[in-house]
Amino acid sequence: MLRIENLHVSIEEEGTRILRGVNLEVNAGEVHAIMGPNGSGKSTLAAVLAGKAGYDITDGTVEYFGKDLLEMNPDERARDGLFLAFQYPVELPGVSMSNFLRQAVNRVREYRGQDELSAVDFLKLMKERAALINLDPSLIKRSVNEGFSGGEKKRNEIFQLAMLEPRLAILDETDSGLDIDAMRTVSDGVNKLRSEERAFIIITHYQRLLEYVIPDFVHVLVDGVIVRSGDKSLALELEAQGYDWLKKELAESAS
Amino acid sequence: MSNSSTKYLQEVANSEYEYGFVSEIESERAPAGINEDIVRFISSKKDEPQWLLDWRLKALKQWESLNEKEAYPRWAHLKYPKIDYQSICYYAAPKQRPALNSLDEVDPEIINTFNRLGIPIEEQKRLSGIAVDVVMDSVSVTTTFKKELAQHGVIFCSFSDAVKEHPELVRKYLGSVVPYTDNFFATLNSAVFSDGSFCYIPPGVRCPMELSTYFRINEAGTGQFERTLIIADEGSHVSYLEGCTAPSRDENQLHAAVVEIIAHKNAEVKYSTIQNWYPGNAEGVGGIYNFVTKRGICLEDHAKISWTQLETGAAITWKYPSVILKGDYSIGEFYSVAFTKGHQQADTGTKMIHMGKGTRSTIISKGISGGFSQNSYRGLVKIQPRADNARNFSQCDSMLLGDRCGAHTFPYLEINNSSAKVEHEATTSKVGEDQIFYCQQRGLSEQDAIKLIVNGFCREILAQLPMEFAVEAQKLLAIELESSVG
Repeated sequence: MLRIENLHVSIEEEGTRILRGVNLEVNAGEVHAIMGPNGSGKSTLAAVLAGKAGYDITDGTVEYFGKDLLEMNPDERARDGLFLAFQYPVELPGVSMSNFLRQAVNRVREYRGQDELSAVDFLKLMKERAALINLDPSLIKRSVNEGFSGGEKKRNEIFQLAMLEPRLAILDETDSGLDIDAMRTVSDGVNKLRSEERAFIIITHYQRLLEYVIPDFVHVLVDGVIVRSGDKSLALELEAQGYDWLKKELAESAS
Repeated sequence: MSNSSTKYLQEVANSEYEYGFVSEIESERAPAGINEDIVRFISSKKDEPQWLLDWRLKALKQWESLNEKEAYPRWAHLKYPKIDYQSICYYAAPKQRPALNSLDEVDPEIINTFNRLGIPIEEQKRLSGIAVDVVMDSVSVTTTFKKELAQHGVIFCSFSDAVKEHPELVRKYLGSVVPYTDNFFATLNSAVFSDGSFCYIPPGVRCPMELSTYFRINEAGTGQFERTLIIADEGSHVSYLEGCTAPSRDENQLHAAVVEIIAHKNAEVKYSTIQNWYPGNAEGVGGIYNFVTKRGICLEDHAKISWTQLETGAAITWKYPSVILKGDYSIGEFYSVAFTKGHQQADTGTKMIHMGKGTRSTIISKGISGGFSQNSYRGLVKIQPRADNARNFSQCDSMLLGDRCGAHTFPYLEINNSSAKVEHEATTSKVGEDQIFYCQQRGLSEQDAIKLIVNGFCREILAQLPMEFAVEAQKLLAIELESSVG
């Protein structure tokens, strides 16, 4: 469903090069983990895939279900089933969760040629999905993320994922800042949402999350390039030896 | 801001005014200019008693004695050219039979005008249960539900009718909250006001329906000077709504109104405004100068006056709906959304004058500015020496759409009693690129995202409006935000 080829990205205006030739292929049903040290370009990759402004794509292509993803508006990508769980979800003061999600769900449904959900059906769906990922039901009565704790915000992202039923879900450091219980709840939610039709890209700094959500592939991003790919054992190796081990090895092979 | 959202916000700033049409209605008007003859002309047109003419003439004398340069509200954060008061026509009225017994007798073109504005004066919408007084140019053209209200003892009629039918009430209260000497524009209004709404709620009566006045300027070259007087007698309760629109014209038209509210013991008045005067075009040409004096007094203990306003129109808005909290334990509230775009300027806020013991006031103001507009909140909280344990809470939030507009907050506090508790909070934010992107990532278009964010920002104010108006207000905000080119 997703094919990234030789993707080069710089920060607009500054010109700082962040991604320097990323290649990645993701198919339906697969879970890919992207790991890497701070500043390696993981979050930039997520932002560029979702269409955030402020980046220059200097080279490369991204194909999404045969379409040129980079040509699509952020909202069009979202309606076409690309979902990003934000690392830092923003607050929308005064915007109720139900109003926000109802618009979102209906825009997505419209794009898929489905009828809008009635108020009753929508409410039912909200309750059902909140229960699925153990979201405190009182949160869906509040304004979007306003006054939510860090853990509640992250859980709310997974709740929205469950509501919108994307084809490709990108989780940007969803595990950061979570205690072990919250991490378990979030991973349970993700595991319940895994399916044959849906792919995940899980961006994480630590291996911890991958103990709960077992990835099919693990990629290591260093300085804007995927330097190694493997299965879940690669994550364990990294955990044991740290990123320095990989960097050192790379430096040696280069010289 | 990303390029596309900047572009969208520019389109927002240039969006078209929906109510800019002109109705072909025969009218009768006075020659331009202001002098004693004109004041006498207006007064005789209305068949007014001598005391009212005398009052007008005193106001005229006062106004003529005011040096415009000194008497002008120069402190406001506004820029506009000198107004030529002698070029304005002070009286224009739709020509029609003198007495109207039912809606059927109203000029169909007038009905048509108000239907286009979505204002419920035609029969089927009368079922919606809102009594409406309609003021076109200077004259009240129809008041609905008069009979039904009379059964409860509620008087709701045009100001002119009140002068004829209830002179004792008008004489007792007119100018008691806003004296004719109050300020330049209130003084001008006192001399030349032509009509407006009058409302009296007798003791213990809870007004059975929302009362509403729609103001429409139609004629070119005229000003609109209406006066509204609302009296809530002991233990009564009323909710009052006001809406305003005007045609699109290249000239600036002056609207200088006065609203006075008197709340007796345990009475409660809720006054809501949706102000959508023509704001001028995208280059800042034309538009209404909205210089309005609105003030209420909680005359006795436990009275409550609440102002809610949604200000989206007018080239310039200058108004400070205020409450004098004279009675002990009386309550004043001010909830405001002011949205400026294009070249609009708004300087609006409130004054809460605490005189009685245990008086409380709440001020919540939301300013949204786009385009090249300037949006100021200006508010005074004054605690008098007698006002033991007075409390005030003020919150002023500003939101900027773009980077060529301005948002300003001028809070003034005068506290003369050490037991007072006064809190003030203020924030300024930009519609965040992050917020827009977040919404887009969930499938919302950029336009819908901005609408959602702005509506959220105003939610606590819109929630104060009566139901029917809240829906209208949300729609109005959405139209205002909608771009003219899609």
